[in-house]
Amino acid sequence: MSLLPFCEWLASTSGSIALHESLYMYPLIESAHVLTLCLFVGMTMVLDLRLTGLALRRIPVREVVERTQPWMFLGFAIMVITGVLLFYAIPVRSYQNIFFRLKVVFLVLAGLNALLFHTGIFQNASSWERDPAPPARARLAGVLSLALWAGVIVAGRMIAYNWFDCDKPQPRWVQIATGCSYEQRQEP
Amino acid sequence: MDLLPLFQSFEGSGLGQAVRESVWAFAAIESIHLLALAMMGGAALLVDLRLLNLGMTERTTAELADEASPYFTLGLIVLMISGAGLFASEAVKCYYSTPFWVKIGTLVVATIFAYAVRNPVARAAEGRVGGGTRALVALASIALWFVVAAAGRWIGFSG
Repeated sequence: MSLLPFCEWLASTSGSIALHESLYMYPLIESAHVLTLCLFVGMTMVLDLRLTGLALRRIPVREVVERTQPWMFLGFAIMVITGVLLFYAIPVRSYQNIFFRLKVVFLVLAGLNALLFHTGIFQNASSWERDPAPPARARLAGVLSLALWAGVIVAGRMIAYNWFDCDKPQPRWVQIATGCSYEQRQEP
Repeated sequence: MDLLPLFQSFEGSGLGQAVRESVWAFAAIESIHLLALAMMGGAALLVDLRLLNLGMTERTTAELADEASPYFTLGLIVLMISGAGLFASEAVKCYYSTPFWVKIGTLVVATIFAYAVRNPVARAAEGRVGGGTRALVALASIALWFVVAAAGRWIGFSG
């Protein structure tokens, strides 16, 4: 099943066209998206650095989680809302952009990593949360989180570049990864 | 004093040419710039939110400031180095860009404010600085860095 028809329909809606053609709305939404990095990824980094034992070593992990979480959630909410709007403005090109797809993969992996941490080693945090350097599994979760969110940021920034766009000749692997040739052949 | 010749020489420098002629360099440096932004922003917010009594209130502001400041300074240094690379590749465009001048002007003020005012306030003994002053310093810090980052993003939209 391809999401291309859905993205094409999305691109034809008046809201998408208005955003795409707007002089200020798109840049404003993009700026909000970028600036919220400080809140969301910045707070996530604070927690990750605590988990890897590099910062806030004297503060119990649960205290760091509880105190940074509201800000992380706020940042994440703004990120998702502005991110969805950015996608809504340019649906087809984003969908067929290799960096966008890479970003989604990193996002899912970062989400899984957070879920595994919260349902796993964090469940018995009381036994290790005061350790300056947490156990290996918690440190691993911190390192993976740092790496995956860095991947999300880098891939996200690269969406702006058209090196691998479908509108020019691409190697076979790029066509497969971006769904260019395969999906365009399905059109009547 | 006309700065245009100076900016032209930045643009013509080896660094400026290398970044401009490479397909990947600008994008790669921009990514590093954003990663450092997240690090510096997180470190700044950790202390500013504490000054506003909205963050990790079980800890003293001084303790958090001690923990956050290496990451704040590291982030700022990486931002400035990567920013210099981005700037060199399009210095003349920056010369004619209002957002660029807003960003640089605010950056100078924000950096001085961070080390001359905010750090001493954050590290002052408990109760030495009143709540109103602490909140004002935190809001000024957030506002200054917000303008630096927002104006920086706007350089890319203009021109």
